[in-house]
Amino acid sequence: MYPSSFEYYRAESVREAAKLLKQHPGAKLLAGGHSIIPLLKLRQTEVSALIDIGRIADLRAINGGMIGACCTYAQVAAAGGLPAALTEAASHVGDPAVRARGTIGGGVAHADPASDLPTVLLALNAKFHISKGRTARVVPAIKFFTGLYETALKEGELLVAIEVDAEARGTGSAYAKLENPASRYAMVGAAASVTIVNGVCTDASVAVGGLTTHAWRSKRVAGALLETTLDADSISKASKRIVKELPDDLLGDMHASADYRRAMSQVFVERAVTAAAARAKK
Amino acid sequence: MAKTVGTSVKRVEDPRFLRGQGTYTANLQLPGMTHLAVKRSPHAHAIIKRIDATRALALPGVLGVFTGKDLIEGGCGPLPVGWSVPNQKTPERHALMPDRVRHVGDGVAAVVAESSYIARDALDLIDVEYETLPVVTDARKAAAPGAPLVHQAIANNISYEWELGDKQACADGLAEAHIVVEQELINSRLVPNAIEPRACVAQWNAPDDQMTIWTTSQNPHPIRVLLSAFTLKIPEHKLRVIAPDVGGGFGSKIFHYPEEVIVPWVSRKINRPVKWVSTRSEAFITDSHGRDHVTVAKMGFKRDGTITALQVTTWANQGAYLSTFASLIPTILYLGCISGMYKVKGIFGHVFATFTNTVPVDAVRGAGRPEAAYLVERMIDIGARRLKKDPWEVRHKNFIPASEFPYQTPVAFNYDSGDYHAICDKVATLADLKGMRERQAEARKAGRLVGIGFSTAIEISGYGPSKVVTSIGSALGMWESAALRVYPTGKVTLFTGSHSHGQGHETTFAQIAADELGIAVSDIEVVHGDTGRVQQGVGTFGSRSGTVGGTAVVKAAAKVREKMRRIAAHQLEAAEEDVVFDQSNGTAYVKGSPDKAKTFFDMAFSTFTANHLPAGMEPGLEEQAFFDPTGLTAPNSAHIAQVEVDPATGEVQIQRYVAVDDVGNVINPMIVEGQLLGGIVHGVGQALLECARYDSNGQLLSGSMMDYAMPRSNLMPMIETGRTVTPAPSNPLGVKGAGEMGTIASTPAICNAVMDALQIDHLDMPLTAERIWQAMQ
Ligand SMILES: Cc1cc2nc3c(=O)[nH]c(=O)nc-3n(C[C@H](O)[C@H](O)[C@H](O)COP(=O)(O)OP(=O)(O)OC[C@H]3O[C@@H](n4cnc5c(N)ncnc54)[C@H](O)[C@@H]3O)c2cc1C
Repeated sequence: MYPSSFEYYRAESVREAAKLLKQHPGAKLLAGGHSIIPLLKLRQTEVSALIDIGRIADLRAINGGMIGACCTYAQVAAAGGLPAALTEAASHVGDPAVRARGTIGGGVAHADPASDLPTVLLALNAKFHISKGRTARVVPAIKFFTGLYETALKEGELLVAIEVDAEARGTGSAYAKLENPASRYAMVGAAASVTIVNGVCTDASVAVGGLTTHAWRSKRVAGALLETTLDADSISKASKRIVKELPDDLLGDMHASADYRRAMSQVFVERAVTAAAARAKK
Repeated sequence: MAKTVGTSVKRVEDPRFLRGQGTYTANLQLPGMTHLAVKRSPHAHAIIKRIDATRALALPGVLGVFTGKDLIEGGCGPLPVGWSVPNQKTPERHALMPDRVRHVGDGVAAVVAESSYIARDALDLIDVEYETLPVVTDARKAAAPGAPLVHQAIANNISYEWELGDKQACADGLAEAHIVVEQELINSRLVPNAIEPRACVAQWNAPDDQMTIWTTSQNPHPIRVLLSAFTLKIPEHKLRVIAPDVGGGFGSKIFHYPEEVIVPWVSRKINRPVKWVSTRSEAFITDSHGRDHVTVAKMGFKRDGTITALQVTTWANQGAYLSTFASLIPTILYLGCISGMYKVKGIFGHVFATFTNTVPVDAVRGAGRPEAAYLVERMIDIGARRLKKDPWEVRHKNFIPASEFPYQTPVAFNYDSGDYHAICDKVATLADLKGMRERQAEARKAGRLVGIGFSTAIEISGYGPSKVVTSIGSALGMWESAALRVYPTGKVTLFTGSHSHGQGHETTFAQIAADELGIAVSDIEVVHGDTGRVQQGVGTFGSRSGTVGGTAVVKAAAKVREKMRRIAAHQLEAAEEDVVFDQSNGTAYVKGSPDKAKTFFDMAFSTFTANHLPAGMEPGLEEQAFFDPTGLTAPNSAHIAQVEVDPATGEVQIQRYVAVDDVGNVINPMIVEGQLLGGIVHGVGQALLECARYDSNGQLLSGSMMDYAMPRSNLMPMIETGRTVTPAPSNPLGVKGAGEMGTIASTPAICNAVMDALQIDHLDMPLTAERIWQAMQ
């Protein structure tokens, strides 16, 4: 690997990381390195310095629904008590090596349109805890993902944790994806969370990834699921709605054209909702 | 001493590989080492207007920047080809192109620096001004009128046309057919992707005028010949080429590559050792690619399924230049194999080999033979479908009967041995084909898209004979050499001109020698891949190591035995003809008196003390042999695959894979099994995933592992394997070659299974989810 030269700092705390970011214009954070290092070695990006936050203990812990930004996918996949969609998605990111190093915070901060976790976190209405050293703020998922490789994170800010609600009885979630055969990123990813009270769906949230510049929430599918019993027929009918609801220009490449992705959005939304409903009914 | 050939001796090379202690070219550290990087064209076709290295040369740590002109003025010759067919147009290809680039990745300058990082930084500081030119990437379009010319002087971009078979018999066969099926088939382009990228290190030793080159090669001896006679022009005795541990080749490391010229040339120029290691990105755009055929074929059938004729027209993409063995692949190795396992009279094929603005195309595992098998096996299935016949039965009907071997096909090759009905019956039994069919019918009734696919295939292997290969285009003979050095204490070093880059020669060749000499495998050290240590050699390609290299070992061992026998006779005071060498334990004794035997140690030691040798016998014990085969071998196989297609997405799941192969006698069953399994997965990769795609500007879209899909273990179910054995008559070991059979057979098996699931004639590879889904709409 031959990146151009850069400086390397290892931060011991969030504060120190924020300070180093401020001191080094053009610096970037280094978490698991599975997105930034490939970009550096292909010289598609250059940095003045990398600030390694991968060993900050606070960022590597999971407390209830509060997941430190530097928790690896493997950690998230193995943790108990998290929504099923999240552990499911985390256990299907890339391959074991990627899951052992790549972090949930790095993944969402990088905001690749084909990545898995943004879709899930959007469906789960996760909260993003952001710090600038002294100051902190919390951003809801719907406002966090803003564009192609773009998030609400501003210059000098760090994502410190992602917060999700524990799944109560009657709530279930799931993630289903059509993998890119080479990279295993999502060509289409679908996440769903549904709640059933007295046999009827009272709450539903559906998001898709791989289709648009960033994780995208489907209001129509979610709306159509409400008040139904989440039987196969109503799920199938509701899932159809995504096809027209999606914007006109979708992502497409040699592995999966935009048209194919659009058609598959319905299939994978249906799969995710079906699995989520089954879990909610348990 | 029990025989070891035929047993699964554990690979002696594995401990060092598994511990990360292999010695790869990139690991070499020499005092004063410098690092080289190559500036490559970002354009698929352009004139180089100007190269300005001023900024690069100003970078501290940069030792020099060299261009194509520098190399040519410095005496480097163009890269030669090792195969020539009649009327072949071979364009000049230089290690660095002096005035024009013809594919993305073509080298234009090289920079050498104190570190690999500085060298890489300096690349960005070399300013190259290009005038871009129109581009063609498709093999057939390249030959169409008005296509951009890749080489000004080569009309229609055609390097050569090549024909094989009997045109009239083919026309007659088509005329006599009840139905003729016609199909266009595209055999997708592959990137070889060995796990170890190419690398080269060179050290010029000025006081001795001696150049040593370490390179990731499958055949260091021929590389030395080419370097010496054509490109670098350093006399052969002053040139040592070493191919140390090499991490896979799949054919791509057979060829003589530009960096093998640039690196030593620069080393001599700056009088320091130089290292170049390909990045994975460079590998995608510089390692020779494979396949890439556009074919239109016709196959005629009688009502009962008998094949009457096969007519083939193929446009074979050669890329921007002819790589070392480019014209061997789509000619004899391809058309020579389109008779498959079948008895067909009327076969005729015509190939147009065209230049395009793409990476040169050459051998990749199977090399021509997978293209042939894919074509034949797809056509049979299409025909069977039209005839509403079981494709299995159509195959059975057309097999060459066991009684007709050796069988002369109408397309040059003579098949040595085989029993095609037996191998097919065996795979059908192993798979429980009847039960499989029943379960398939049930699944289909339930709306599931389950498909069963067959393939049978032959591989022509074991090249030479030298007389034959040189008569059809080879610039080199295809023999192999072996030497056995027996030390005074009875230990042995075996020097082979074959090269192992995953095949396990250090084990299998030692097994052969151990059995021939009656000593332990652990008493034999195998040395390969070093022209400074190994006498002579041709190398490893086309599954030839066992047949040709292995036989050379057998021959050398016979000479050792003979000398030992004579020594024993002398010491036992017996007539030479009364003394036998006992291969079961490495002793020699007078017939009937094994109790008074001379041991291997006794005889070896006597050649050292040299005090009890027959009159006139030379001391020392070192024997060498060359083997030039008298005939080719025809490994063959029958595979059955079962797949299920997801009707919602088009994704393919492989449910079963059953393979029976006849590779002749087997030296090490575990290693052969490994070759077959790896080969099968390789071929499945082509069927479902792998494809090098260029856009209309000649940019390689699938230019990284993020976009070039390789097969992974979860793609495959447990592969069920079986074996039939018809020994090869042309070598004493009876082996046929096992390195490519799996790859050749598996691609069509999978494609046929998917077409069966979809109940359609044909889809081109790779059978991606989207392509299948589109077909279902
Ligand atoms: C072979 C391979 C396959 C993959 N397959 C998938 C897949 O199937 N699905 C999928 O979703 N992803 C996949 N990925 C990407 C993987 O999820 C990455 O690990 C992830 O995108 C980045 O996480 P990281 O910890 O490695 O981040 P890094 O590479 O360290 O950082 C990525 C970016 O985020 C910034 N950053 C990191 N942490 C923070 C933080 N706490 N606050 C603010 N900014 C931060 C960095 O500065 C950098 O710009 C794959 C990657 C590889 C190499």
